[in-house]
Amino acid sequence: MGNDLILRVVTKWLSPVIILFALYVQFHGDYSPGGGFQAGVIFSSAILLYGLTYGLDAALKVVPETALKVCASIGVLLYTGVGVVSMLRGGNFLNYSVLLDSPIAGQHLGIIVIELGVGITVASVMILLFFTFARRVTPE
Amino acid sequence: MTEQITILLIVIPLIAAPITALFKQNFYAWMITLLVSICCGVISGYILLEVIDGKHLIYELGGWRPPWGIEYKIDSLNAFIAFIVSVIAIVTNIFAYRSVPTEISKQNIGLFYAAMQLCLLGLLGIALTGDIFNLFVFLEISSLSSYALISMGKKRQALTAAFSYLILGTIGATFFLIGVGFLFAASGSLNISDIANRFHTFEDMQLVVTAFIFIVLGLALKAAIFPLHSWLPNAYGFAPSTVSIFLSATATKVSIYALIRVLFDLYPVDYWQSLLFPQILLVLGCVGVIYGSFRAWQQIEIKRLLAFSSVAQIGYIIIGIALMSELGLTAAVIHLFNHAIIKATLFIGAGILIYRSNTTKLEDLRGFGASMPWTFAAITIAGLSLIGVPGTVGFVTKWYLLEAAIEQSKWIVVMAIVIGSVFAIAYIWKIVEALYFNSKRKIHIHNVKSGDIKVATASKSMGLALWLGAFSCIYFGLFTEFPFASAYAVAKGLLGL
Repeated sequence: MGNDLILRVVTKWLSPVIILFALYVQFHGDYSPGGGFQAGVIFSSAILLYGLTYGLDAALKVVPETALKVCASIGVLLYTGVGVVSMLRGGNFLNYSVLLDSPIAGQHLGIIVIELGVGITVASVMILLFFTFARRVTPE
Repeated sequence: MTEQITILLIVIPLIAAPITALFKQNFYAWMITLLVSICCGVISGYILLEVIDGKHLIYELGGWRPPWGIEYKIDSLNAFIAFIVSVIAIVTNIFAYRSVPTEISKQNIGLFYAAMQLCLLGLLGIALTGDIFNLFVFLEISSLSSYALISMGKKRQALTAAFSYLILGTIGATFFLIGVGFLFAASGSLNISDIANRFHTFEDMQLVVTAFIFIVLGLALKAAIFPLHSWLPNAYGFAPSTVSIFLSATATKVSIYALIRVLFDLYPVDYWQSLLFPQILLVLGCVGVIYGSFRAWQQIEIKRLLAFSSVAQIGYIIIGIALMSELGLTAAVIHLFNHAIIKATLFIGAGILIYRSNTTKLEDLRGFGASMPWTFAAITIAGLSLIGVPGTVGFVTKWYLLEAAIEQSKWIVVMAIVIGSVFAIAYIWKIVEALYFNSKRKIHIHNVKSGDIKVATASKSMGLALWLGAFSCIYFGLFTEFPFASAYAVAKGLLGL
């Protein structure tokens, strides 16, 4: 597909829009349908589209595999981190209310950070899965 | 303060696993995993001592009050199971240090240990949680990581074994989830004690029976109760030896624990007694004991033999549950503990055989006993324990089980246990005969570099793990206070005495 002009141009235009939409779904998740899982998958679909049009090597240049592995771990750590911080501040595990002085603000912050962790992990694992399977197909 | 400690059992592996995944060197990844399992062992031991006299520890996750929030409710049964799991994790990790580099490809070592920790996390989570949906989540965490772990086996069959386990395990999990969904539709709650308290208000709904059947089928598949055991022999037979040890000793036990919770805490006992469920379980247990032992006797390869013997041993536990008496339940719960020790020891033995000779075929190992007398002595002790020779842990269980069966004059059960033991003698004898009594012949050792010293020397850490297991086989057979006291407290609690 590497030489198809329309695909290449559309991909170039579409990828940023998809990423923007992913970020919207991510950070608007506590007011409207959405959240980390959906946002992560949408985000990864931008990279998938890029990889399908421009080839695996180009996609690997955009997001190196080591970075993905680190990100996958960081997402989980972010999630657990929120829980541990709330334990350190005297609440139970994952009790967001104690994160900030006002419980409502604390709940907001907690769920945003948790969903961010989920989003990062889901996005990087999805892309990793794609790379792993794509590498098995020998290039023409 | 004690309440905060309970959640650490989940939090510590959850923090350590993603960090471990980034390590490449065996030593660091192993060190973290060992520390994690030791921490979990100490914490769960402490919790067990706290709750053994009938107290409850309650932890509200996120500060939400049950029944709305997720609640961890720990009584003696939870703590006992968590203790078994984390102790086995420690022993497994002592063994893992030398075994893992030889069986797992280098770039996967970090991920392997991370998956081990996640599996530990899932199993501990199942043991601690008091929320039926949360239980499903942890069941999936442990199962997904064990699919990955099994697929890392050296042989290519490991992939198909892991795949069939994946399919069957997913079916089991789906059934469980459907059941939980139906129960939620009927009761409007996911909290186990809340559902149990309000059970009489929705008892008459057809949905509740359907939910019961789905939940029990799903758990029975996960626990490999005969006739839903078909994934087990291949999965344990082809998994890397470290994984075989850990999973054989814990995974099915924890599923059985979940089954016990569902039967005795979620649903009222009268309810499923009227569905003739104890009788069904009893028959399945008896057939499982005979079938598993018979198939184990037919095997020509140690790991598969042990895996089939697991099917039989699960049968004993099921018989204990199905007898529905104090003694029977005590026997079942003790056997959760005893079988974990015995199987872990035997699989460690098999792992050492793989480490040194790269084969577990009985035919290839003929007369090998003379070259590694200590290893085989330990294997023999654990084997005798599996048969149930007096002075070993296996005897304790069988004694209580027989007593419970005779008490209710269920002679068929007694027959099944005796037949199972006879086959156990036969299959353990197969190992002993091959190792000690057959004329020694040159062992076929495959894929070992010439001049590799490891064939001649057994590693110390492996020997330590093996003898820890063999020693506790005898120790807990002679001094039964600790497991018996815990199991008796559990049985009393379950029957509400």
